Amino acid sequence: MSGSENLHERVPHLEKHRHRELDFLQRNLSIPKVVLVGNPNVGKSLLFNTLSDFYVDVSNFPGTTIQIQKTRYNGHDVFDTPGIYGVSSFNEEECVARDIILDADIVLNVVDGTHLERDLFLTQQLLDMGKKVTVLLNFMDEVKKLGIKIDTVRLANFLGVDVFAISAVEGVERETIDAAIRLAREGVQRKELHSVLHSKLTMVGSQAEALLVLEGDEVIAGRHGVRADDRREELYVDRRNRVNYMLNHVLEDSQERSWFSDTLGRWLLQPLTGIPALAVVLYAGYLLVGKLVAQDVVGFTEGVLGKGMWEPWIRGITSSFLDESSWLSVLLVGEFGVVTMTTTYLMFLLLPLVIAFYLALSVLEDSGYLPRLATMVDHVLGFLGLNGRAVIPLILGFGCVTSATITARVLGSERERTIATAILQFAIPCSAQMAVIAALLAGAGLGPVLIYTVVMTTVLVGVGTTLNFMMKGRPEPLLLDLPPLRLPTVRNVARKTWIRTIQFMKEASGWFLAGALVVGIAQMTGILRLAGKVLQPLTTRWLQLPPEASTAFIMGIVRRDFGAAGLYEMALSPMQVLVALVTITLFVPCIASLMVMMKERGFKEGLMIWAGTWVTAFLVGGIVSQVVI
Amino acid sequence: MAMTTVSLIIPLHKSRRGQQFTIHALPAGHVRILFLRLGISEGESAICAERLPGGTIVLKKKRQRIAVGYKLAKEILVRLEAA
Repeated sequence: MSGSENLHERVPHLEKHRHRELDFLQRNLSIPKVVLVGNPNVGKSLLFNTLSDFYVDVSNFPGTTIQIQKTRYNGHDVFDTPGIYGVSSFNEEECVARDIILDADIVLNVVDGTHLERDLFLTQQLLDMGKKVTVLLNFMDEVKKLGIKIDTVRLANFLGVDVFAISAVEGVERETIDAAIRLAREGVQRKELHSVLHSKLTMVGSQAEALLVLEGDEVIAGRHGVRADDRREELYVDRRNRVNYMLNHVLEDSQERSWFSDTLGRWLLQPLTGIPALAVVLYAGYLLVGKLVAQDVVGFTEGVLGKGMWEPWIRGITSSFLDESSWLSVLLVGEFGVVTMTTTYLMFLLLPLVIAFYLALSVLEDSGYLPRLATMVDHVLGFLGLNGRAVIPLILGFGCVTSATITARVLGSERERTIATAILQFAIPCSAQMAVIAALLAGAGLGPVLIYTVVMTTVLVGVGTTLNFMMKGRPEPLLLDLPPLRLPTVRNVARKTWIRTIQFMKEASGWFLAGALVVGIAQMTGILRLAGKVLQPLTTRWLQLPPEASTAFIMGIVRRDFGAAGLYEMALSPMQVLVALVTITLFVPCIASLMVMMKERGFKEGLMIWAGTWVTAFLVGGIVSQVVI
Repeated sequence: MAMTTVSLIIPLHKSRRGQQFTIHALPAGHVRILFLRLGISEGESAICAERLPGGTIVLKKKRQRIAVGYKLAKEILVRLEAA
C-alpha cells in the first residue's frame, strides 16, 4: 500500500441522479449544499452555530423524528447532521445523515484532533464515497495542551484533501470557512477500490451509493433494485489498516493525560463515588428547576403575569362583546377557559420550566457527564429491560413527562422505548406537580415521605421488571464512546436549550389546548361533575379520602399541578395526604403527555399504558390506604 | 531449553483495572462492525481503564474510552499481556 499515490486521471463520473426521498434537500437546485459531517461530540454544532448567527431553520427530516438544522452562508445552504461513526443505515440517525451526505455537494468533515484514531475512519469512508471533502481539524487548543503533534501537511497529502486546523471554541475566521468550502475536493481512493466503484456506478448512479452497496447497505441497494454485496467487513478492515498507516506517519502522541479529568471521570463512573455525585447533580437540578423556577419564577410569571395581568386583560376584552355567562365566554375565558387557563399554563408555567430543565440537560450533555452516568447505571437498568442510556429520559421525566416521552426516541429499540415510556407515564411525577407534592409531603411528616418514596420506587421497578419479563427480546448492549469531560460553552448550551424549547412548545401546545377545550366543555356540560360522582365511591371507600378528591383527580388529567393543588385545600390527615399523593402521582399524566405518547408509540400501545395507569393508581393507592389508615 | 509463553485468555468482563491486553475474539455480526469503527479489532491492544461492579468495563485505547456493557463484555475474549 503506497502512502503517496498519484492522483490518477480524473474521469468525470456519471453522478447525481436524484431520488424522490432526497427531495428534502432539493428545494433549490442552484444553491450548493454544504454539509457538516463528523463523529458525535467533535464540535460540529458549535461550528454550525458560528456559521449561522441567528438564522436557523429547523425541520424534521421527512419520515423521521430527527431534526435537521439548516442555515444560509455565503450563498450556500449549510446543513448540520447527527453525529455518526460511519455512513450506513444502522439506525435512524445514520439513515438521515446518509441521505443528506449522499446529496451534499460539499462535505466539511469535522474531526476531533484529540481522537484522530477514531475520527479518521469516517473521513476515509467519505473519501471512499467520492465526495468533495475538506477536513476541519477541531479542538486544536486541546491538542496543544495535551502535547499531541499532528503533521497536518502530511495528513492532507495522504488524504488528498485540505486539512484546516481550527479551534471552534476559540473562534473560527470566516476566511477559513470560505477557503474550506472553496477548496473541497475528492480525495485519494485506492486504485482497486476506485475501479470496483466505477463498475458499480452504472447500476446505482453515484460513487457514494456504489460504496454503500458494496458494504452491504440494503436500503441503498433496494432503491436501485440491485442486491447488496457483503464486503463490509473486508472493506472496513482495509479502511482501518489504511487509517492506522496514516496515523503512524502523522501523529505523535505521548499520551499525556489530564490527571484531573481522568480522576473526575473515574469518580463519576464508579458507583461508590458516582452515586453521591448523581445525588449532588440531581439536587442541583432540583434547586434550579424545582425551586428557583417551579416555585419562585413561576410564582411570578403565573401569579403576577398570568393570573394578575393576562387573564383579567383578556377577560376585559371579551366582556365587551360577550355576555359573561354565555357558554362561549365561559369556554374561552372562564376558570378553565381555553384562552385564559391554557395560555397561562403554556406561557407562564410550562415555558419557564421547560427552558430551565433543557438548560440543565444541555449543560449535562455538553460536559460529557451523561454517557458516564448511563455507563454507571447500565447494569441496574438492565433488570428493567433498559439500556443505560434510558436514564436520560427517566431523569428528564422529573422535569416534564411529556418532553421526556419525546426524548425516549433516542433509545435503540422499540422494546426499550415502550418500557421507558411506560415507566415515565406510570411512576414519574413532573416538576409541575412536584412542587405541590413536596410541600404537601413535607407538611405530612417523615413517615409519609418515606412510605411515598418506597411505594413509588417499588412501582417503578415493578413496571419495568414486569414489562421486561413479558416482552420478547433483550435491551441493546451498552457500547458507548465516552467523550472527554469538557466545560460546556455558554453559546452552545443557550442554542441547544432554545432549539429544544421551541420544538417542545410546537409539539405539545396543541395538545394542551385540545385538553383544555375538552375539560372546558366537560365542565360546562356537567360531565366533569358526573365523572367526579362516578369516582366518588372508589375514592371514599377504597381510598378513604373525602369525596372532593375525585374532582382533584379528574382535574389532574388536564393539568397535573391542578390535580395536586386541589388537594391543598382539603382537610386531610397526614396518611390521607400520603394516599392522595400516591394515587395522583401514579394516576394518568397530563393530556399533552397522553397525546404525545400516542403519537410516539401508537394509539393501541398508548391507550394500554394509559389504562394501566388508572388501574395501578387506584390499586396501589387503595392498598396503601387500607394498610395505613 | 525452549521458553514457552503462556498467555491468559479471559472474557473482557473479568479483566481488572490497569490490565493490558490484545483483543482475541469479538462476537460475530453487527457488534464487530461497531467496534471496527471505533478502532477496536482483533489483534489491537487496549487497557482496562475501569471495571464497575457487575462487570461493565471501560476500555482505553490511546485516548479513547469506550464503555462496554457487561453482557457484551462477557462475549469478548482478550489475551492478557504479561505484566
